[in-house]
Amino acid sequence: MKNKTIKVGYLARVEGEGALYIKVKGGRVTDVKLKIFEPPRFFEAFLRGRDFAEAPDITARICGICPVAYQMSAVHAMEDAFGVKVEGQLRALRRLLYCGEWIESHVLHIAMLHAPDFLGYQDAIGMAKDHPEIVETALKLKKTGNEIVSLLGGREIHPINVRVGGFYKAPAKRDFAPLLERLKWARDRGRELVRWTARLPFPDFERDYEFVALRHPDEYPFNEGRLVSNKGLDISPRDYDDTFVEEHVEHSNALHSVIAGRGEYFVGPMARYSLNFDRLSALAQEAAREAGISPVCRNPFQSIIVRSVEVLYAFDEAIRIIEAYEMPDRPSVEVRPRAGTGYSCTEAPRGSLYHRYQIDDGGMIVDTKIVPPTSQNQKTIESDLWQFVPDYIDLPDTDLKWKCEQAVRNYDPCISCATHFLRLEVEREQ
Amino acid sequence: MKDENKSPVSGSSFIPHPSSFPNRAPAYVICIGNPYRGDDAAGLRVARLLKEKASRDFKIIEASGEGAALIEAWADAVRVIIVDAVVSSAEPGTVHRLDVQSQSVPQGFFRYSTHAFGLAEAIELARALDRLPASMIVYGIEGKSFDAGDALSEEVERAAREVAERVLREVETDRRPNRS
Repeated sequence: MKNKTIKVGYLARVEGEGALYIKVKGGRVTDVKLKIFEPPRFFEAFLRGRDFAEAPDITARICGICPVAYQMSAVHAMEDAFGVKVEGQLRALRRLLYCGEWIESHVLHIAMLHAPDFLGYQDAIGMAKDHPEIVETALKLKKTGNEIVSLLGGREIHPINVRVGGFYKAPAKRDFAPLLERLKWARDRGRELVRWTARLPFPDFERDYEFVALRHPDEYPFNEGRLVSNKGLDISPRDYDDTFVEEHVEHSNALHSVIAGRGEYFVGPMARYSLNFDRLSALAQEAAREAGISPVCRNPFQSIIVRSVEVLYAFDEAIRIIEAYEMPDRPSVEVRPRAGTGYSCTEAPRGSLYHRYQIDDGGMIVDTKIVPPTSQNQKTIESDLWQFVPDYIDLPDTDLKWKCEQAVRNYDPCISCATHFLRLEVEREQ
Repeated sequence: MKDENKSPVSGSSFIPHPSSFPNRAPAYVICIGNPYRGDDAAGLRVARLLKEKASRDFKIIEASGEGAALIEAWADAVRVIIVDAVVSSAEPGTVHRLDVQSQSVPQGFFRYSTHAFGLAEAIELARALDRLPASMIVYGIEGKSFDAGDALSEEVERAAREVAERVLREVETDRRPNRS
C-alpha cells in the first residue's frame, strides 16, 4: 500500500503560475486540487467608475495572449447594453481580428508549450535543437496571426484600434494584398500542421464531458451565437448568470464555475469543435477527417489536433474575409450610451469568455463581471486528473508529475486570465 | 569570437545583413511590461522616458513579454536592448545588466512576466535556432511589488530613470565610428 502526495510546484509551460496537489492513499487517488492564488477581481473593481469606452483597452490588458478576446467580449456587451448592431464589413473585420488571435495563441500552445510533452522534451528549446523545422514553421505561422492583429488592431500587442461600434480606422482593401499572399502560404502549412499533430502519440483517455460553446446559425463561432451544450443547454448570453454559477473553493482564489444544479462543464477548442463541426470550412473538416478525429472528440490530449484544425480554419476564414472585403464608408457605427446592462460571450482561443457591464445614463461603468475560460475549466481539469492519475500511479515520481502537467496543459490554461501568477508545485511524499 | 566553425552557407549570422553596421541601423529597444501589475510596468516606464528623447538612433517597441512575439520583434534587428522587470533576491530598484551573447539567461529571472514562454525562453530558443541578433543587452529592474495596480514603487521609478539614461548612453557609444 502506497501513500503519497504529489505537489506540482510550478506547472511549467502554463500561462501564469499555479499549483497542483494530488494525494494518493493505498494506491488510490484521494484528493486533487488545482490551486490558483491571488484575488482575480482586480480588473472588475478597476473598471467601476470608468467610461464605457475605456473597457476594451483596459480589459485587453488582462491577458498578453488573448487581448482581442477581451476587447471583443467588452465591445459586444456594451453594444448589447446600448442596442447597437455592428454588421457587414465591420462585423467581418472583427471575425478577421479574432482569426489572427486564434492563430497566434493556438500555434504558440501547439508548438512551444504542448508538443514537447508528446515528444519527450522538457521544453521548446530542447525540441528546437532536434526539430528546428517545426519550431521555425510555428514561428512563421504565428507571425501571420500577428500580422492580422497588427494590421487591424493598430499594433501587435494590445491592439488599440477596436472601439465600441467598430474600429477607429478601417483598412483599405489594398492594405491586405501582401498579407493575403502570406496567408495562402500559411494555410498550406496549417494543413501540414494538422497532419503533424495527428501523428503524435496519444494516451487512451476519454470522458463524457458537457461541452459548452457558442453556436451560430451559419458560422463557426467567434463573436455571436447562443451558448449551447451537448446535454441540452441552449441559452442567450443574457441568461448566463441564471445558468452558470461561480463557487468559491477554499484552495483557489479563482472561482469555480459550474452549471447550476448540474456541475462541471468544458469550454475551449474541443467543445467548440465538437458542437460546431458542421460549421467548419470544407477544408478544415477534411483535414480533421484525414487526421482521424471524429466530429465529436472526447480525448483532451487530442485537443492539440483540434487546435491545429482551428488554426487551419482561421487561415481559411481569414482568406475568405479578405477576398470579400470592401472598405466600409465609416469605420464605426454611432454609439449613444444609455443606462442598462449588457451581456456578451465570445469565443476566446481557450473558450467562452463572458462579460457583463452595468452602465449608468452618463455612460459610466457601475458594475462588471468577467468570467474567463480557464476558471470555467478548472473543475473539469481536476476531474480529468481524478480519472487519469490511477492509470499511471506506478510511474516514477518525475514521470507521473510530467503526465499530470501534460493533462493540465491539454486545456492551455491561461492562469494569467483566471487570476495572475498561478504557481504549480508538484511535490511527492512517500 | 563566435561562428568560426560554422559552414559559410548555413546560418543567417555568417552573411552580414546589409544593415549590420551598428552605426547605420537603429538599435531596437524592447520594453516589456504590464501597466496594471505594479512594478511589472518598469519596462513600459522606461519606454515612456525614452520616447521623450525621440531619436533616429533607436526604435522603441513595447511588448507584453510573450516569447514568440519577442523573437519576431527582434528578427530584423542587429542591436537590441531589452528592458524588463525581474525578480531575484536583490534589493528593489537594483539594475541588472546581462550581455546575452556571453551569458545564458536564468529561467525564472523574469518570472513576473505572466507568460511561461517568456523572455528567458525566447532568448534561449533564439540561441538554439541561431536567431539572436549580433548584440543583445538585457536590463533587468528588480521589482518590489507586482500586485494589481497601476503605480510603480519609488525604487523602481528611480531605477527606470537610471536605465533610460544608461540605454541612451549605450546607443550613443554604439554610434561612435571607431567602436572596437
